[in-house]
Order: sequence, then structure tokens, then C-alpha cells
Amino acid sequence: MTGLLKSPAARQVAILVVGALVLAWLPFVLPEARQAVAVRTLIFAIMAVSWNIMSGYGGLFSFGHAAFFGIGAYADAYLLVTHGISPWIAMLVGGALAAAFGGLTAFAALRYRLAGAYFALATFAFAQMLLLLVSNLGVLKKTKGYNIPIEADESWAKLQFAEDSHNYYWIPLGLLTFALLVNIVLVHSRTGQFVMAIRDDETAAEALGVPVMRYRLIAVAISAALMAVAGVYYAQYYLYVNPDNAFGGTVSVQAIVPAVIGGIGTIWGPVIGAAVIGPLSEITASILRDPPPGLGFLEDKSGLDVATYALLLILIVLFLPRGVFGSLRARWSR
Amino acid sequence: MAGDTATNAGTTSSARRWVPALPTLSVVALLLVGLVLVYTLGGKSPQLVTQAIVTGTLLGGVYALVSIGLTLIFGVLGIVNFAQGTLLTLAMYVTYVLVSDVGLNVYLATLITIPALFVVGYAVQATMLNRLMRHGETEGQLLVTLGLSLLIINLLLLGFGGLEKTIEPPLDGNIRLFGAVAPVSRVVAFAGAILLAVLLSALLQRTRLGLTIRSVAANAQGAQLVGVDTRRVFAVTFGLGTATVGAAGGLVLPFLALTPSTGEQFTILAFVIVVLGGLGSVRGAIVGGLIVGLVQTASGLYLPGTGALLLVFAVFVLVLFLRPQGLFGSAP
Repeated sequence: MTGLLKSPAARQVAILVVGALVLAWLPFVLPEARQAVAVRTLIFAIMAVSWNIMSGYGGLFSFGHAAFFGIGAYADAYLLVTHGISPWIAMLVGGALAAAFGGLTAFAALRYRLAGAYFALATFAFAQMLLLLVSNLGVLKKTKGYNIPIEADESWAKLQFAEDSHNYYWIPLGLLTFALLVNIVLVHSRTGQFVMAIRDDETAAEALGVPVMRYRLIAVAISAALMAVAGVYYAQYYLYVNPDNAFGGTVSVQAIVPAVIGGIGTIWGPVIGAAVIGPLSEITASILRDPPPGLGFLEDKSGLDVATYALLLILIVLFLPRGVFGSLRARWSR
Repeated sequence: MAGDTATNAGTTSSARRWVPALPTLSVVALLLVGLVLVYTLGGKSPQLVTQAIVTGTLLGGVYALVSIGLTLIFGVLGIVNFAQGTLLTLAMYVTYVLVSDVGLNVYLATLITIPALFVVGYAVQATMLNRLMRHGETEGQLLVTLGLSLLIINLLLLGFGGLEKTIEPPLDGNIRLFGAVAPVSRVVAFAGAILLAVLLSALLQRTRLGLTIRSVAANAQGAQLVGVDTRRVFAVTFGLGTATVGAAGGLVLPFLALTPSTGEQFTILAFVIVVLGGLGSVRGAIVGGLIVGLVQTASGLYLPGTGALLLVFAVFVLVLFLRPQGLFGSAP
């Protein structure tokens, strides 16, 4: 290899650029009906990358990432439907709000020395509180939620295109690339090194003079902002937001599972995990539509997709705790 | 008082014995003052308030039923069992099948559900969670139980579909309590919660098995050194925790609409209650359940929709921040 790619950061950025360019070709080879699956996979990937920054690199196990996703989705729906403001602005506003909310709640939880299970339960409680709050707020349409109106013309400002437009795929691909770039830069920066040092040994980091709270909150804020961006795009793509699909516990789970399956605390793990989880429901749905012999009783039943990924989650945690990518990498470097 | 706290049974000094009394008494007093205020200045008809208190108490009984098992699993084993509510759903389906397909009386069927759920819990701990009992593996436990929860829900969905299942309630009708209406099946469930708590306390405090469980909870390594098979004790403890969920499932089946996601909502509430009542405290689970039930129904008089639940979570976060050892727990 050339000298340019000697540093790990440069190598990772190179992989990212090449990977993004290759994936950008996907819509041309993929059957049109499959584009929705690809988009969902990309959204999962952004969510998992975001979760991984706070919980994988930062070591703060979040069970309430739905809070940030929901803030993004609602920021988008509210600003667009009520004030006609572009989703691009909503990404900035939602990202800032989520970062502030994440920073504040994490500060409170860490200030009172919550750790491990208690920290996770607190994040879950905060997400549930937002869900209940939004469900009761008339300004945010309570449990009814928002339908985002369909525009007559294509519009980059409003993120609306012809139904089969590849833009719906390229935009989240761009967002994922951005999220991964943030991740790579963070990991190789001084800030990222501090964040990981605190994760590995809080006491030692503190003794060396690292301001523990500040760097933890930085990781939380970056993670929360990226998750909100995923929420904004989700709202724009599905054109419907309600308390459950924005703030529900399922959303948090969808951010955690791909990261765990791919490999916590690795750059590519969450993306690989999303690539496994994203198409799963499509595959199981086609099995259920036309079940193989012996499984006929499953015809027209739902639940096989989540059951499969639940089983996968259990097996990975028990037997490959470093995840698919993490374990492979450990094998290569040996 | 503190003797009830299984985790600290071996280490509680006599001086500390009275410490938990103060916060507990103040919370109970606060609750009573609150209820009196609702009566006198609340601006609601006394009958409505009485009804809310009766309903809240009975709801608290249901919450307590689900939480008693979690206080063993989370409080004694330290396992963040995110499948607690789903195990309740599983217990309800087991009982449902026994009632609708075998034709048993629901309370008789519950007696079969209890050992069935014990076996499930024992197997889960022995095959999965025992691999994750070292220090710092909380996340692994959380993820495995989360996976288990999703797996059970979706297998039930595959097997039974999403449509609501109901059984003919064997004890139909209501009884009148202080001028308020109380459905008989809910009163039975409440009595079941108390009975279960008494039995479990007796088991923990007065039997050899209970002593072993408490010793493992206090110091697993020490217990192992003196010859206790800790892995088996973990499995038995988890099994006991799920067996109580088995009892809960049978007791709530007559009045809760059954779908694969019925139990999910109870998971987080059970954590609220166990943390509120103090880890490992059976009595705390009962009191915590009653507090949450009462706060929810009493504030439901004023807050529309799910606003009351919001208050419950606010209380939870406050308890996490200010008194994470709970009302009945001693300082860690």
C-alpha cells in the first residue's frame, strides 16, 4: 500500500469512500421493489452507528435511544407540517435538541452516579416519559401523530421525489456515510481517545486529569444528534409519525440489536449488523408466504422475523460477545 | 424490618435495622396525607375517590404480583430481567391453554402453570444466564433477556396469532367495599399477591434453601468456597422468580385481555416497583406495587389519558437519583 494509507484513520476513510461508492450503485442492480428494504437497512445502520458511539465507545449503555430518534422525528413533523420548514433544517434543530436532551439527562444520571443496569433503566425511563408526554400534548397532536403531506412536485428542500426515485436511497446512504465519518474522526481524535480511556478505566482517566464528565457528555451529544438525524429521515421517508413509532421501546431495540450483532465498539460492526437485520423481515415474509414443507402451519402468520433476530441476538451475546465483525477482526489480527 | 431484605440478611447490624423505617414511614405518611387531601380539598365526590383508592389498591396487587418475582431475580441475583413482563404473558398463555383446551378451572390450572414456569426459568438461567454471571456482564444479561422477551412474544404471535383471547371468568361479579365496587377476580388476585409474598418470605427466611439463596446473594464466592453449587442456586432462584410469575399469570388471566404483548407493559413497572421497594425485599415489592397502583389511579382523577403513568416514571427517576437502594433496602 502507499504511504498515504498507513495511518488507520486514512485507511478507514478510504474504505468508507470506496464502500459508499459501491453501495451507491445498488439501486441500479436491485429490483425496484427491494429499494424499501435497502432504505430501512440504511436507517437501521445510522441508528446503530449512533448508539455505538454512546454505548460502544462511550461505555454508557443506553436503553432509551428512542428519545433522540423521536425528538428528530417530531422536530421534522412539527416544523414541516406547522411551519413548512425544510427537513434539512429539522436535522439541525432536532440534532441540537436531542444533543441537549441527551446531555442533560446523562448529566443528571451520571451526577447521581448511576451505572450499569441503573443507568440503562434511567435512559429507558426518560424515553418512556417523552413518549407519554408527547401522547398527552395537544400541540404535538397527542396519540394521533402527524401525517406529512405529499408535495405535488419533486423537491430537494422537502425531500420529496417521484415514488421510485433513487434519491430516497442515496440520501440515507449519504447520511450514513456522514455518521461513519464522524465516528472515524472521533475515534482517532484526542476527544475520542479520552472517551475510550474513560470507558476502559474511569478512575485511571480521572487520575490522569481527564475531565470525565465533559468527555462522556460529548459522546452522548454526538450520539444523540446522529440518532435524531435518523429520526428526521424516518419521518420523511414513511411520512407518518406517532408517539409509538418515534419514541417506542422498539426503536431503542432497533438501534441496539444491529450494533450488538455486528460488534460493539467497532466502526463497521453496526453497519454489518444492520445489513443482517434489515433484510430479515423481507426474507422471513417470503418464507411465510410460501412455506417450505413441514412449516406449512406458519403460513400467513407474523412474528417470524423478530423471533429470528431475537434468537440471533441471544446466540451472538452468548457465543460471539464481540459480534460478527469484532470476532472476525480478532481472528485476522491473530 | 431489614431482616426482610434478602441481600443484606447476613450483614445487617442491629444499628442499621431501624434506618429503613424512616423513609418508609415518611413515604407512607406522605401517601396518606395525599389521599386525605384528595378527599377534603380535591373537589371530587368522596365516592369517586373511594372507588379510585379501591381500584388503585387492587391494581397495586397486580403490580405486586409481577414484581415479587423480579425482586428475587433483580434484587438477589442482580439480573436485569427484561423478560419479566413477557414471562407473565407466557404464564397467561399456559394457563389459557389449560383452561380452554383441557377444561380446567383457571385457579386449578394456575397450580400447573407455577411449576411449568419454574422449569422455564431454571432452564433459562442454567443454559443462558449462568454464562453471564461474572462482574460487569450486566449488559449481556440485559441483552439476553431482551432477546428472550422478543422471542417469546413472537413465538406466541406465531402460535396463537394477535387476536385477543379471553376465558369465562369463574368468579363473576363484584363485591362492595366501603361503597366502592371491586371485581371478585381482582380481589382474589390481590389476596394471591399477599399469600405469595408470605410464602416466599417464609421460604427465604425459614428454610435451608432460603438460607442458601441468601448466602449466595450476600457472597457468591464465599458460598462457593464452602461447597455451595452456586450455578444451581442461581438457576433455582431464577426459577422461583419465574414460578411466582406463573402464579401471577393465572391470577390475572380472568380480568386481563390476553395478547402476545399483554405483559410487556409490566416489565418497566416491575422495575419501578422493585427499585422503589428495595432490591430483594419481598415486602418492598408489595408496598411498592401498592404505591404505584394508588399514585396511578389517584392522579388519574386529575390527569387525563396516560398522564398518571408519566407521574409514575417521574417518581421512578427521582428514586433512582435520590434513593437507589429503595425504600426498604439498606444503603449498599
